[in-house]
Amino acid sequence: MLMASSTAALDAARGAPVAFFDDGSHHPQQGTLLGFWLYLMSDCLIFAVLFAVYAVMGRSYAAGPSGADLFDLPLVAVNTGMLLLSSITYGFAMIGMQKRSQAQVLGWLAITGLFGAAFVGLELYEFRHLIHEGAGPQRSAFLSSFFALVGTHGLHVSFGILWLGTLMLQVKKLGLTAANRRRLMCLSMFWHFLDVVWIGVFTFVYLMGSLPATA
Amino acid sequence: MSAVDHVEETLLLGRLSLKALPLHEPILLATFVMVALGGLAALAGMTRFRLWGPLWRDWVTSIDHKKIGIMYMVLGVVMLLRGFADALMMRMHQALSFAGDVGFLPPHHYDQVFTAHGVIMIFFVAMPFVTGFMNYVVPLQIGARDVAFPFLNNFSFWMTAGGAVLVMLSLFIGEFARTGWLAYPPLSGILADPGVGVDYYLWSLQVAGVGTTLSGINLIATIVKMRAPGMTMMKMPVFTWTALCTNVLIVVSFPVLTAVLVLLSLDRYVGTNFFTTDLGGNAMVYVNLIWIWGHPEVYILVLPVFGIFSEVVSTFCSKRLFGYASMVYATVAITLLSYLVWLHHFFTMGSGASVNSFFGITTMIISIPTGAKIFNWLFTMYRGRIRFELPMLWTMGFMITFVIGGMTGVLLAVPPADFVLHNSLFLVAHFHNVIIGGVVFGVFAGITYWYPKAFGYKLDPFWGKCSFWFWLIGFYLAFMPLYMLGLMGVTRRMSHFEDLSLKPLFQVAALGAVLIALGIGSFIIQLVVSYLRREQLRDVTGDAWGSGRTLEWSTASPPPDYNFAFTPIVHERDAWHHMKQAGALRPTAGFKAIHMPSNTAAGVVIAGLATLLGFALVWHMWLVAGIAFAATVLSALLHTFNYHRDFHIAADVVTRSEALRTRALAALGLGGAAGRTA
Repeated sequence: MLMASSTAALDAARGAPVAFFDDGSHHPQQGTLLGFWLYLMSDCLIFAVLFAVYAVMGRSYAAGPSGADLFDLPLVAVNTGMLLLSSITYGFAMIGMQKRSQAQVLGWLAITGLFGAAFVGLELYEFRHLIHEGAGPQRSAFLSSFFALVGTHGLHVSFGILWLGTLMLQVKKLGLTAANRRRLMCLSMFWHFLDVVWIGVFTFVYLMGSLPATA
Repeated sequence: MSAVDHVEETLLLGRLSLKALPLHEPILLATFVMVALGGLAALAGMTRFRLWGPLWRDWVTSIDHKKIGIMYMVLGVVMLLRGFADALMMRMHQALSFAGDVGFLPPHHYDQVFTAHGVIMIFFVAMPFVTGFMNYVVPLQIGARDVAFPFLNNFSFWMTAGGAVLVMLSLFIGEFARTGWLAYPPLSGILADPGVGVDYYLWSLQVAGVGTTLSGINLIATIVKMRAPGMTMMKMPVFTWTALCTNVLIVVSFPVLTAVLVLLSLDRYVGTNFFTTDLGGNAMVYVNLIWIWGHPEVYILVLPVFGIFSEVVSTFCSKRLFGYASMVYATVAITLLSYLVWLHHFFTMGSGASVNSFFGITTMIISIPTGAKIFNWLFTMYRGRIRFELPMLWTMGFMITFVIGGMTGVLLAVPPADFVLHNSLFLVAHFHNVIIGGVVFGVFAGITYWYPKAFGYKLDPFWGKCSFWFWLIGFYLAFMPLYMLGLMGVTRRMSHFEDLSLKPLFQVAALGAVLIALGIGSFIIQLVVSYLRREQLRDVTGDAWGSGRTLEWSTASPPPDYNFAFTPIVHERDAWHHMKQAGALRPTAGFKAIHMPSNTAAGVVIAGLATLLGFALVWHMWLVAGIAFAATVLSALLHTFNYHRDFHIAADVVTRSEALRTRALAALGLGGAAGRTA
């Protein structure tokens, strides 16, 4: 408060004219990346809730199967590999973007999308298998919270793939314009974010869930 | 029981059939006839005066934050009438329904009424009001021309409106939830409530909640990125500070609501076992999660009105706000603390003495920053030249009423006391005390304060004073008896009583509700009378109260589309006050073209499809739901192919509109910064 008034007083004392209006050259900062970060954090909270619910209910088997009985860790490891690789290939797409190489961007995005699709495919295969074994989301609170957490993540990846395809069309149509580069940045954040969440799911749900229940 | 419980489902209409219409409920039927006639009259009027085009072009598709702000306020007023009609019915019914008299509302209807009342008042009255204020005022206060994401802003509004539409539909098509406003399971589970009521609840809140979250993100980005040059964080107006904290709260809490409602929906639609009573489900997880959203929500409502009161007090005392920095820190402290108190809503859960003590103490700690605010307002008034205009009356009514409500809150924060008072009418009186005394009074203070900014004329003071006194006295008559009844052990949500000795207090409360009805009526009359008398009430200076301190008062009333011909440069807190003091000159030449976002119909279309999706899910119309879902996603994706989202207002258009203002000011003998023109 003191600072502010003394600055103005100083300006006045120095005889500097105090400008009260911009000359029309001021442009507000671009807020898209910040806005998208905020969205990601709000999404992160949705996952936080699902993780918390899993933490509470993850051992409520209701005399049904447990994670140790159900999880096929080698399959999940392959699945995790798909998603991690897709993050790396998205990174290559961003390097291509910085080099302004549209072909590189499109190529790496396509590979990213394929890895993503493989991830979703394997997850659906796992879900189908579980449901076939009578371990569907209705069986116990553990399975409800498992399907909700893993399924929400899978749904995000699926939307990511849809978005990725749309963005590839747009890059193809208009090239690596400023708007498209910004969109590629946003999808990049989204994609890596899903990767980070998956690390949590893999560790917390699959690895820890495969441990035998202890007293 | 509901009429729709055992209906055969059809492919196209799901479980919707003619039986869902409330033909056997005379109250609903009469309401429906009135709404239908009123609606037809409105439609005919719109067509007669050829208003459809302007409505679509200037409002529905508008991305102007000012228009959207006003639309939020209109939504709030309309829904206030609905929510208050519910309140009035409850007060009348409880005053009658004793011993042999069963009152006029059958229990299953009464239960819908109290649920709808709570849901509507929080989500579709209070939320639109505070969001409307933030939308309208924040960009003007920070010297910006719009929000960071104008399209998203329009979309957010239509999602909120879509949620409101679903709630209103439930009145005439089917039923609403009978669970109370937070729909605790297992009561809201599929076994206890297989009808459409809870589904209406879930989807209306989901649709509206998306809008609220996006609007929160939008306003944070706006405040962080789009402040005028020179406006550092500690030079922001207090209302903008409270708006920033509120939107942080929105972004950090609404996703929790979204997630928990999804889980309840899965229980109801898919048969999962999150909150069921068997197979490992745990209903208390729902109660915890919903209050992790619910308590911050209380502060989402009250922080912005604290900002409004701060602006009003310094304007009408012609003094700068006492303790600006402490006000900011108090706001931030409340923001953080609001996440550490949720468990006080269910001390009776049985979490043990240590946990209850922790949450009891954190709850009491919140009263410290809140108390600091009250003292700041008092010290601003101290030795100020207080003008008792309408916004100031509402503010003083608030200061007294809110302190009482705050103190009963501290009483409830004591866990042993809460074991006695939990779910009693004492609690109902407490939260109405803070929400009416805080949020509602703040909303009316804000409406009367900024109305001349939005429309160029002040609101009529006579009808405003009528409204204020009816509300103030009505509030005390309606809710003080509830404190007494609560202490006597009367629980909430009861539709019938046997003990006749309670009746007089309920009758007093009913009288209070009637006074509040007169207060709302006076407010409506005030709007009409002010419109008719607008030439006498006109303000052309833009600084309607003469002592405005923040940048919104530096531009015309109503502000031009571009808000400011030149972006103001801020040197001090209370930038406009500083400009007046320093004799800043309003530029009258050299205008340049202004870059602005263009209108779009995408927001209303996507939100409309999302609302249809919600309706289809309520009624199990799987085919319609699938199509609506695909259409929603597709239209959102298509919208991203539109790269032409902006245009320039030509320099000569700006010059012409600014010249008009120069002439109007000159006619008053005024020039530039309410002083001279360069």
